[in-house]
Amino acid sequence: MGEVKKIKNLKEFSTSADRFEGANLLCPGCAHSIIVREVLNATNDDLILASSTGCLEVCTAVYPYTSWDASWIHIGFENGSTAVAGAEAMYQALKRKGRLKQPDRSTKFVAFGGDGASYDIGFQWISGCMERGHDMMYIVLDNEVYANTGGQRSSATPIGASATTSPAGRKSYGEKKNKKDMVAIMAAHDIPYSAQVAPNKWKDMVKKIQHGLNVEGPVFINAMSPCTTEWKFDPKDTMMISDLATDSLVFPLYEIIDGHELNITYRPKHKVPVEEYLAAQGRFKHLFKAEYKHMIKEWQDRVDATWEYLQRREEARV
Amino acid sequence: MAEQGWDEFEIGAMLRSFNGEAKDVALTLQEDRDYSSNNSFTASVADWRIEKPVFNKDYCIDCQFCWVYCPDISIISRDKKMIGIDMDHCKGCGICVEVCPTNPKSLLMYSEQTDEEQALAAWPSKDEGEK
Repeated sequence: MGEVKKIKNLKEFSTSADRFEGANLLCPGCAHSIIVREVLNATNDDLILASSTGCLEVCTAVYPYTSWDASWIHIGFENGSTAVAGAEAMYQALKRKGRLKQPDRSTKFVAFGGDGASYDIGFQWISGCMERGHDMMYIVLDNEVYANTGGQRSSATPIGASATTSPAGRKSYGEKKNKKDMVAIMAAHDIPYSAQVAPNKWKDMVKKIQHGLNVEGPVFINAMSPCTTEWKFDPKDTMMISDLATDSLVFPLYEIIDGHELNITYRPKHKVPVEEYLAAQGRFKHLFKAEYKHMIKEWQDRVDATWEYLQRREEARV
Repeated sequence: MAEQGWDEFEIGAMLRSFNGEAKDVALTLQEDRDYSSNNSFTASVADWRIEKPVFNKDYCIDCQFCWVYCPDISIISRDKKMIGIDMDHCKGCGICVEVCPTNPKSLLMYSEQTDEEQALAAWPSKDEGEK
């Protein structure tokens, strides 16, 4: 096991040498690369990375360019997780036989996928990886929509959001189903660590990533990634939207250890009404019309209920 | 390789980020790396910008918020100090300006054609309206 990189404060963090390069083709203001940078800079270990098809993959590997300074592979939409799991299995086999070329180096295995590749298309593959107990980390860049292909709804799209396959209009308020609780599903695999992170809470993120990389066994991370194109806000407001999401508890930050021990890692000092989070984004614009106004209260009630549930689970330690 | 057409490139292509052997990339700063021509670091997205950030080091407190929240690795920080902006890779999103906590801000967006020295000379003074 390698040494954990010491990151006490942001100044110390800023001495990191980035292993993710600019001139990738992600939209200006995209949170994907902020998350990827925070993850890669959290460690100095060698990294074996994979991406499932999605914004991150198509934008960072546009032939003849690559934006990755570590081993990185892309195969298909569904199998970012299994590609890394295969590499990890091979690594363990070579280690067992004593045939590693550089046995003194510590290597970590990380897979990235969008919410489409994780919540929908690659769901079975991820579940398999978690169940088989590979020593790897799977990170979802959760922008709650198939952003790469034009904004179709995914099972991460929250209720009331207007997506191209569930558009809002006179007869519909947009997406009808609520987001599925992926962290709980993955925690139910009894994996050693699963957590939710957000790019604006970099310290919380680094702490969770470092813990996850050093734990033996599969780790699942759900990272909120505000999408300037599909959530319809100004590119400069990415961090403002992230702040609103974490402070309104629409996206609570917590971790689940060994599938049962839940810890809330961020409690906002000043709780923001969900209405402010919804109002900041174009995809919820229609909810402020008279006929759909009731949705806002439903939103607030649901967010409060989830927060109550998390707090009670944290207390109960079960 | 960059000149090959869409039907000519190899299937299952492997791109190397660096020329020759690269050891301890995580401990090597960008200026000390031997980037290959396949690394997107050698490309530029400067033409995406409509507005560019201008950095005024007089007001900077080196908090590094801009560094950590820059999506394009365009804020250059060395030895815990913010030293400049990488204009080849900046897409002009403006996040750095939004997260800058100083008053007046140490980073402001100007149109791409603005002369940097003129912008610095006419830098806004402290906004008393804010807390």
